Amino acid sequence: MTHYIIRRLLFAVPTLIAISFILFALLDLAPNDPTGQLPLTIPAEAREQIRESLGLGEAFHIRYAKWMEQFFVNEPLNLIERAFGVEIGASEERLRLRSWATRSPVVDLIIERLPQTLWVVGLSYLIGILIAIPIGIVSAYRQYSWFDQLGTFVSMIGFSVPTFFTGLLAIIVFSVTLQWLPSIYDTTHRVTDLSSFWVQIKQMAMPVMVLALFNAAQISRFMRAAVLDNLTQDYVRTARAKGLRERVVLFIHVLRNSLIPVVTLIALGIPTVFGGAIITEKIFRVNGIGELLITAIQGADIPLVQTLSFLFAVLIVLFNLVADVLYGILDPRIRYS
Amino acid sequence: MPPEPVPLVAVENLTKHFPILRGVLRRQVGSVRAVDGLDFAIHPRETLGLVGESGCGKSTVGRVILRLFTPTAGRVMFRGEDITALQGEALRKLRPHMQMIFQDPQDSLNPRMTVGSIVGEPLREHGVAAGAGLRERVESLLDAVGLDPAFANRYPHEFSGGQRQRIGVARALALNPEFVVCDEPIAALDVSIQAQVVNLLKELQERLGLTYLFISHDLRMVRHVADRVAVMYLGKIVELATSDALYEEPLHPYTRALLSAVPTHDPEREATRRRIILEGDVPSPAAPPPGCRFSTRCPVAVAECSERAPEWRTLRPGHQVACHLAE
Repeated sequence: MTHYIIRRLLFAVPTLIAISFILFALLDLAPNDPTGQLPLTIPAEAREQIRESLGLGEAFHIRYAKWMEQFFVNEPLNLIERAFGVEIGASEERLRLRSWATRSPVVDLIIERLPQTLWVVGLSYLIGILIAIPIGIVSAYRQYSWFDQLGTFVSMIGFSVPTFFTGLLAIIVFSVTLQWLPSIYDTTHRVTDLSSFWVQIKQMAMPVMVLALFNAAQISRFMRAAVLDNLTQDYVRTARAKGLRERVVLFIHVLRNSLIPVVTLIALGIPTVFGGAIITEKIFRVNGIGELLITAIQGADIPLVQTLSFLFAVLIVLFNLVADVLYGILDPRIRYS
Repeated sequence: MPPEPVPLVAVENLTKHFPILRGVLRRQVGSVRAVDGLDFAIHPRETLGLVGESGCGKSTVGRVILRLFTPTAGRVMFRGEDITALQGEALRKLRPHMQMIFQDPQDSLNPRMTVGSIVGEPLREHGVAAGAGLRERVESLLDAVGLDPAFANRYPHEFSGGQRQRIGVARALALNPEFVVCDEPIAALDVSIQAQVVNLLKELQERLGLTYLFISHDLRMVRHVADRVAVMYLGKIVELATSDALYEEPLHPYTRALLSAVPTHDPEREATRRRIILEGDVPSPAAPPPGCRFSTRCPVAVAECSERAPEWRTLRPGHQVACHLAE
């Protein structure tokens, strides 16, 4: 297994280099201009100077090489220095990846935004899973019962109604009409005691639930299909013939086998948690990663867009490996060598 | 056969219909009459063979007797006790006494459990053994079916088909059952392995005093293992006799047709073997023909056959048949 993981990680290197090149080239070819949002009164020469100062005067391959150096050498070194409080070489001289819009290092921006995203999107993913798995099991076990029909109906809604609709609907119902929950997420809010914790729960409730509905819809359908698939297998009949309790048949035999594909699906979905939820974050004003990315795209903040997109690519490659490894651990028929 | 023994298993008018549901509201529009009114008994330590072509309801009979299905009508008696209506815990308590060996040794074993836990699970669940005693019992079971006890930590996919069927046998025998339904235990195996598994089953029967219901479509193998044989056609038993009587003197035209299809190993007899080829297909069990179910394909059918269902008659001692014309 260790050999397999090492080999997969080595294979990931050329993949990621190719992705980084494609991303860089795509953004470079895109017809956007970092000075495009500046006032029209700024003369053309001044605009040119601004572009020069951002490094846009250099040739494509030089800019790509510098970005690579910044991303793979300078920023990791900075992170190490910050984490352990040591100084490696001339850390002041090192060229950092900076956002063009804010002039602050890209990494700092991400670290600033990550907690909100992980709390809101991560929690919604977790709640989605916790809702979806029992629903999937009961729906399959009592196929075509009223519970199953209701579950199918609700997950169809979760599937097909986009979050910008459910989000706004939730705001109209819970913020405008009932006035129970705030419609704007306040990032500066600090949890210090029980009442401020309650405020935090209230402001998280809507974005978390809107996203959880969407996640639960997908996972519960998948779980239902997996359980149904296993319930008709011959080994389940064997388990019943052994005289096992129905509880043991369902939760030991069927559930363990059904969870294999679902766990893999869940692992594959984790990168999207880090990626944030652009629309939901925008609606509830959660200033997370999704919000950061959409602002960067609008302002042609190319270093920020590049770095974020590339980080997503790294996470996707990594969690694909995690899913494969999990599959190997959970299913004894699959062995990697 | 000992005279008038108390049967271990007896069924009376055993019937299992599967509903056919159609439409938006899933209303029942008919039923598949998989098993339709069977009467027979299985005596202690005997092997009753149950033969018939695919889809005639053989497997359903086995599963209804073991109460893996609930019968639509009729009674199932086990050790003189009516088990037709048992539910829940009472049924679970009965499971150790009657077990099943399944046809497909690949799919009937949980792929995520080791052989040791597959065989040992019923012991643990029924509180028969635990800890070191459990491990010992599992090892002796594996040994009894001719597997290396060291294999207990392996998974089913690491075994060959024949070995997997031995695991299935070990699992079925774990709880010391008296009655075992062998549902086509050899159909999925290689011919060379079939004999091994059948001989293992016979050997275990002698050693442990087991009673078998041996379901198969392999007529030669059934003759080899069974004391008595029941022939099924479209949900009904058409003939029941001792193995020798049935193979030497089949009374029902369907049995004759079946036996005529079996090649013999004697070249002289094989040269004169005349096959009775049946015309047409088996009718749908959802709409069986009126009268005798075999009448649509019977080579000797007369008008009466399609009007009135034949009675279940005892023509010779221990030889019963359902045919108007048999004598």
